Amino acid sequence: MSETMALARPRLGAGGEALAGLMLCLPATLAYLLLLLLPTLAAVLLAFTDYELGAPALAWIGLGNFEELLGDQGFRIALRNTLVYVSIVAPVSIAGALALALLIEAAARGRALFRAVFFLPVVSLPVAMATAWQYLLHPTIGPVNAVLAQFGVAGPAWLTSSDTVLLSLAFIGIWEAIGFNLVLFLAGLTAIPRELHQAAEVDGVTSAWERFRLVTWPLLGPTTLFVVTITMIRAVRVFDSVAVLTQGGPNRASEVLLYTMYTEGFTFFRLGYSAAITLVFLAIVLALMLLQTKVLDKRVHYG
Amino acid sequence: MRLLFLAALGLLFLMPYLWMISASLKPLDEIFRASLDLWPEGGGTLRNYARVLEHVPVLQYLWNGVVVCAGILFFQLLFAVPAGYAIAKLHFPGRDLLFGAVMLGLLVPYHVPALPLYVGFSALGMLNTYAALIAPSVISVFAIFLFRQFFKSLPDELIHAARIDGMGELSIVWRVILPNALPAATAFAIFSVVAHWNDLFWPLIVVSGADRATPALGVLTFRSEEAGDDFGALMAASVIMTAPLVLAFLLAQRRFVEGIATTGLKG
Repeated sequence: MSETMALARPRLGAGGEALAGLMLCLPATLAYLLLLLLPTLAAVLLAFTDYELGAPALAWIGLGNFEELLGDQGFRIALRNTLVYVSIVAPVSIAGALALALLIEAAARGRALFRAVFFLPVVSLPVAMATAWQYLLHPTIGPVNAVLAQFGVAGPAWLTSSDTVLLSLAFIGIWEAIGFNLVLFLAGLTAIPRELHQAAEVDGVTSAWERFRLVTWPLLGPTTLFVVTITMIRAVRVFDSVAVLTQGGPNRASEVLLYTMYTEGFTFFRLGYSAAITLVFLAIVLALMLLQTKVLDKRVHYG
Repeated sequence: MRLLFLAALGLLFLMPYLWMISASLKPLDEIFRASLDLWPEGGGTLRNYARVLEHVPVLQYLWNGVVVCAGILFFQLLFAVPAGYAIAKLHFPGRDLLFGAVMLGLLVPYHVPALPLYVGFSALGMLNTYAALIAPSVISVFAIFLFRQFFKSLPDELIHAARIDGMGELSIVWRVILPNALPAATAFAIFSVVAHWNDLFWPLIVVSGADRATPALGVLTFRSEEAGDDFGALMAASVIMTAPLVLAFLLAQRRFVEGIATTGLKG
């Protein structure tokens, strides 16, 4: 069989194949160079200049922008807020999604329905849902505070008080992220053979918690690592809810990296400075990816 | 017990939707009474929707969303499918370099090239055009990566048979490879449309005014310029703009979930 196939194998001539390969890649290569590689390199270079949109000239100022960043109160707040946001959204949405996935996977009934319900925020227009949250969290007419009032609690001004605004945004972020993580965990759980759980039970591991600790958790390792990285990267990119609901306010209490980059670049047109913020953002994303690769190499290899 | 808990939590998750729809059907004075009745008194009113349709070019926004998403997806496939095929199945000089470039591209969030791209479109006088909305997304290294992985698993015999039939490489790509790669193409299409329909960042940068605004930008503009505290109208606008993708999701749940699960990689 294989021999007849080999005989009949119609090869393009080596030159023909090389030409065909290059031609097929040509459109993608041109678009890649023009729309991805060049602009990315330009952004890197821009970060070392004082370029402002509309300015007649630009000058190379070396690390000037980065020095300014170090002393810039607004940037420091944005960086800190972003890290706080990530450190709330990531753990809660990951642990929550894992718990939900285990619950949903535990029995067949309602599986598709619940998966759909929790997944709904992922496909819903974030800008529109942010406005819905604004209504829900409205200090005087919002249902959330109306419910709190029933219990005699005076609810805070969730999105307009600097004490609660970041927490409120993080809550919305969790609501958006959980369904996405849930789907990834469900896919990971389905890949674990059921026989392993049965085998563990036969071996005397009777408590569900022990079976989770000994079988599910280690085998879910690669999925979990992946979910952790992707959730953190997505959380670092928080932008929509801030742009719609708070514009970084009140008093910079919800200023985050990408929003600062946006206002510096497209409101104040300080493109060089904005590019420097972009590079900080890129460095964080790359560090997270590097972390994933490192951990992946070392720890979670179960095939 | 399990079902009860999941149902309670699920209901909590749906609260934004329920209140959004409820408020969109209530007259303004009822909203401001902050009653906890989800069901509008007297069965509700469609006045909010009428107001939105009167003051907001809803159809224009939705149409812009469709044009932008379709345009982006068309070019993404046009560029990525042949390249994915070539990198997966053909030997040619520079192949490894190209694949390396793809892997490198995967590391860069789309916010990074945004500044220079904006300067470019601005210099070309192309702000507020479909081209400016579409062009930066037409190259998806993620699509090339995804298709390359998928095409690698297709049997070589498929291609050999097509060559015996005298097909050229280009028609092999579109008439043999793509039909066999529909699961990957569907997954990618769903990922792409969801991402770009929902995107706010780039439209906010290159578009001002209603002519080319996408649904996300439309809701934002309506909120800041027209509606103010008119939550009824605001919720009605949100319902209208959210509905298309949510309905598509409800009709094709499985595909959506699978699509996002297989493409989860890129986020």
